[in-house]
Amino acid sequence: MPLIELVNVTKRYGNVTAIKNLSLKMNDGEYICVLGPTGSGKTTLLKLIAGIVKPDSGEIYIDGRLVNDVPPQERNVAYVPQYYALFPHMSVIDNVAFGPLSRGFSREEAYKVSMQMLEMTKLAWRANSFPHELSGGMQQRLALARGLASGAKILLLDEPLGALDARLRVELRYKLRGIAKKNKLTTIHVTHDQEEAMVVADRIVVLRNGEIQQEGPPSQVYNEPKSIFVAHFVGGANFLEGFVAEVDQYGSWIQLRNGFLLRVNDVNRVVGERIVVMVREEKVEVIKGARRREEINLFPGAVSEVSFLGDFVSYSITLDNGDKVSSRMPSVFGLKRFGIGERVYVRLKPENLRVYPYPPQGLYKELEVI
Amino acid sequence: MIKYICDVIIRETRMKSVFPSRNNGSMRKLIRKLDELSSRDSIKYLVYASSILFFFAFILLPPIIGILENISQVETILHEPNLLARANAAIIQSFFMAFIIATLDLVAALPLAWFIVRSRIELAHIIDTMVDIPFLIPTAALGYSTLLFWGRPDGISRIFGVESLVPEGFLLVFLLHFSFSYPVIVRVMVGELLNYKEVYEIAARTLGAQPLTAVRTITLPLLKPGIIASFLLAFARSLSETGATVMVAGQWENGPVFLFRVIDMVGLPEHLKSSVLVYVSSILIFTSTILFFLISLLAPKFRFPIRRVFPSIERRLSSSKIIRFRNGLTLLVFLLVVLSPSLFIALPMIGALIDGTLGEALVGSGPWGEFWRSMTISYAIGSLSTIVNIIFGLPAAIVIARRKLGGATPIFKALISIPIIVPSIALGVSLRLFWGRYYFLHEFWILLFSHTTITYTYFVESMAAAMESIPLEIEEVASTLGAKPLTIFREITLPLTKYSMFSGAVLVFTRALGETGAAKAVARTKEFWTTPILLVNWIKDGKITGSQKALSVGLYIILSFIILLALRLLTRRRK
Amino acid sequence: MKNINLQVEDREYLCIIGPSGCGKTTLIKCIAGIIEPDEGEIYIGDKLVNNLPIEDREIGYVFQEIALFPHMNVYNNICYGPFVKGWSISKAENLIKEILNMMRLYDRVRDKPDALSGGARQKTAVARALISGSKLLLLDEPLGSLDAKVRRVLRYELKRLVKDLGLTAIHVTHDQEEAMSIADRIVVMRAGEIVEVGTPIELYMCPKSLFTANFVGEANFFIGDFVGEEDDYVKIDVGGKALYSKCKVNPEDGKVVAVIRPEFVVMKRTGPPREVWRGVIEGRVFLGGSVRFEVRTENDIMIAVKKPLLSEALRFEVGDHVALILPREFLLVYPYPKEGLEKAISIE
Repeated sequence: MPLIELVNVTKRYGNVTAIKNLSLKMNDGEYICVLGPTGSGKTTLLKLIAGIVKPDSGEIYIDGRLVNDVPPQERNVAYVPQYYALFPHMSVIDNVAFGPLSRGFSREEAYKVSMQMLEMTKLAWRANSFPHELSGGMQQRLALARGLASGAKILLLDEPLGALDARLRVELRYKLRGIAKKNKLTTIHVTHDQEEAMVVADRIVVLRNGEIQQEGPPSQVYNEPKSIFVAHFVGGANFLEGFVAEVDQYGSWIQLRNGFLLRVNDVNRVVGERIVVMVREEKVEVIKGARRREEINLFPGAVSEVSFLGDFVSYSITLDNGDKVSSRMPSVFGLKRFGIGERVYVRLKPENLRVYPYPPQGLYKELEVI
Repeated sequence: MIKYICDVIIRETRMKSVFPSRNNGSMRKLIRKLDELSSRDSIKYLVYASSILFFFAFILLPPIIGILENISQVETILHEPNLLARANAAIIQSFFMAFIIATLDLVAALPLAWFIVRSRIELAHIIDTMVDIPFLIPTAALGYSTLLFWGRPDGISRIFGVESLVPEGFLLVFLLHFSFSYPVIVRVMVGELLNYKEVYEIAARTLGAQPLTAVRTITLPLLKPGIIASFLLAFARSLSETGATVMVAGQWENGPVFLFRVIDMVGLPEHLKSSVLVYVSSILIFTSTILFFLISLLAPKFRFPIRRVFPSIERRLSSSKIIRFRNGLTLLVFLLVVLSPSLFIALPMIGALIDGTLGEALVGSGPWGEFWRSMTISYAIGSLSTIVNIIFGLPAAIVIARRKLGGATPIFKALISIPIIVPSIALGVSLRLFWGRYYFLHEFWILLFSHTTITYTYFVESMAAAMESIPLEIEEVASTLGAKPLTIFREITLPLTKYSMFSGAVLVFTRALGETGAAKAVARTKEFWTTPILLVNWIKDGKITGSQKALSVGLYIILSFIILLALRLLTRRRK
Repeated sequence: MKNINLQVEDREYLCIIGPSGCGKTTLIKCIAGIIEPDEGEIYIGDKLVNNLPIEDREIGYVFQEIALFPHMNVYNNICYGPFVKGWSISKAENLIKEILNMMRLYDRVRDKPDALSGGARQKTAVARALISGSKLLLLDEPLGSLDAKVRRVLRYELKRLVKDLGLTAIHVTHDQEEAMSIADRIVVMRAGEIVEVGTPIELYMCPKSLFTANFVGEANFFIGDFVGEEDDYVKIDVGGKALYSKCKVNPEDGKVVAVIRPEFVVMKRTGPPREVWRGVIEGRVFLGGSVRFEVRTENDIMIAVKKPLLSEALRFEVGDHVALILPREFLLVYPYPKEGLEKAISIE
């Protein structure tokens, strides 16, 4: 039985619809990431589950119980808002003990539990400090400890790492998942950072304008995006515009700009249809040399930009038909492999290509998730 | 805006929360019970509804009904052309004076606020503290001090070798109003400037704007709401002040002074007197209300002239020499026109301490019996209206801060601001008309109701502002942690706003203690004179010696300061 | 900020990175004139600018807060620089058009800032800073307030713009990946001091300090003992296993720290027993372009390993027994820090 279930939930603020007819099931102990751009309704989704906002229509179940009219104080979920909202006038230990005390624990009990939580989050030595005296990472841990102190089994995290330095974020996301799994929590983690989502989640839910675009395990969302938006938002992707020139029983031929012909494995296309072909950056192979080869999906071009990303190197290649593609390769063998201006061939294997219909408002607008 | 004025009172009081479980058993049980109750929607709405009901039944409607019911009496005065002309002239003078005061104060006080916030020298801190002095001294006392300073031989006149440099009349009233409205503008603008993100101004300068250009085209337009608000507050203060103005008005009169004199006028038939009061009060109330809403609606549409820039001229005007000159001039105006007249009372007061008047006063002989009785009444009224305001004002503040009335919240907020907009003596006249018909109500209660009315806004607005500044998220998290609404209020909201609640309460108390206009309109018998009324009468009274006048004013000031101090110590000790 | 010496070349894209509170923002504000240095000199071109007010320094500055003037529309925001300098609009018109075009802001010119998306707001702020024609662009966490995806897209646009217009840029950020992807040179700061300056590749492949090694990207750290030199390599001992490195160290107390990045660790099913570390895969996380494994070795050390999505390593599962090789050309060795390893690499 799913632990949390949303059925056709809609939430409006004035005439803005934050959540549109959304249904979602979460299993016990699952770690779910809700991924989406600013304004996609991520935070509203958390607040609906926490009970801070009430849905305009639809039902929310926790543990099989309809909780639409249950106030937040009776839901027993741990909610960690963005920027944490720590109680500034209370010491670290008082912050943590607030939950247990409010739920009627005895003082001894409350402080014992709180101390345990602080030990788990390695904050015990700062128990008598005040929140503003802690570093960003410690504040994040304190918010977590406070949320979990009354023994909640559902953890709602709103951009838990958003206020931290990029490098720290990378380090803490593993720890976050570790804590959630060790305590067998059902976690919903809201973020706009796809890399973070991939690392921590059992399942990713991509949200846009209050609607679920796709949900599934990270590798599935990454490798088989259902739409241009998901492909673009989740990871680096190249998009090539074209028309379907020919369809046979094994696939289709796509006419790119200036006569380049591209073979794809998609058979469900109509000749003349305007489409967009997507290929992940790390699936673009770059081959040295300017020898003429008779092979399909091999296009000549020149390196126009190189940028070093640490574990990866990214090459930007302008094809001879004017299209641009980026290729990402591990620095282990990609470093200083090609120079700027060097003539190269780009190989796009048909099995790595996905085809989407051309978006009605234009490709640029569709990619402007911003 | 009132929240900045609250900052005047105490700056750094910090108090700690007390969790119920530290209390003993039965108390704890009671609190738990109340917490449980607060979870029920019906109880929540009951609390909010009763506070809103209180506002309408005791604050807003009584003066309106009081004046409307008696509006027919206006007819009598229409047949008395002389009195009518005098009344009209006084009303016009009121608005005229308020307008000049608010405008000139803005021009003079804005640079001082700027100096306090932006200059990084120690002097700025000292000035910052001194600005509050004219604000904390009750206006009746301020009036006497100003009178002595400008208008009496022992004051500044001595330097010039004249009897009276500024005799009672328009100019002296102007100087008085200038000095007590000045701190309001400084306080509001200091608050606004501290909140203002300087990054906009710096951004403008990185783009090549001279400092003056950046201020003119970026900072001032962004500070417009604060400028309008401080203008309106200064306007309201000037329009409303009664006691001190009466002391220094001489032959000149504005609305409140005229009303004050009509109340005291002997030989005027009762029905005519009543007619005059209703006539002037109704015009003051309705005109000021309409004027305020008009200004607050229209002023934001007004644009600063930023169409052109003059880089070389503005560069010269931004030079440090010009800035030093401006700061010097600002400080001079502040010291000479605002601070010195306020503090001058200290001199004759010290004299009174030495010449034996103090002994008489402490024994209570002669006129001093009256003085102490009035003090008792003032303090009783002050503390009771503070308590009533806290009880009924807190839920109202939550209603505003958390928008419990949805789209109607701004309207509720606007209605709440009316009592400080309207001249208090006019409010007093209409309140007396309303409550006066309930014969069983003792004069003391009417006095209490009217003081509660005129101070209500101060408390609610300062609390609402403080609550708005707490991020909603903090309360939301507390609720997900299992806290009931009342627990959240007690443990989170209150501790975080305690400072504001305390200063709001002190503001109410000092306002009630210093009020002359409303008290005059309501308390017709001498037994119920509050101290400010008594002082106004003493100052005019030939039988009271100079020493006695100085000492009475001095005691009044000192005792109100002591209360401030005592409250502060009391709340500190609970820590 | 303590005793900083730094020289920025003409037309260079320089990034300053470091954890929160390391003084990087103070540094850039000193250059802009927003903060005055207590001591020392700042030159722009050949000119000593210490006493020059902000408005005369001729710099373009992009604020972390974006700081678009809320009461003006996009067009007026962008034209503010020419306007306050008293230029006639016709003089700046061509540049305005060019920049609006480059930034694709044409159809937004009448909007007020609060009606814009985060990305459009950021572009407007850059356009506003560039319009006065200054050649030095200072960027203080320019992308910090944006979504991760937008950040990744806009950083390249920013770099391209700077290069196309021939500007010198100083860009402050806490995001090491952002810095590496666009900078010509990176300055690493910590606690008010410069730790290290170098190109992205230098800092990533052979950082001079442990702190940099950890800050610019994930790395495995092992504490070991110095054994001696063998041929051209340094031999060290970690948990009973021998490791080799090209780094020349000779610590007094013999204690060393070895560092290797997860993507340089070679992972196989088996290998020659002398060179490999045997272990069991305990964790496996999909990162998008690559997969990250956590391997516990037989001498109870946790090693992170990253493999690209295309490689065969994908067939490894949690629980598999593997053999790891730490190649000597990628292994870095440092003397053990006096303050302890944890403190030396702490990024908080």
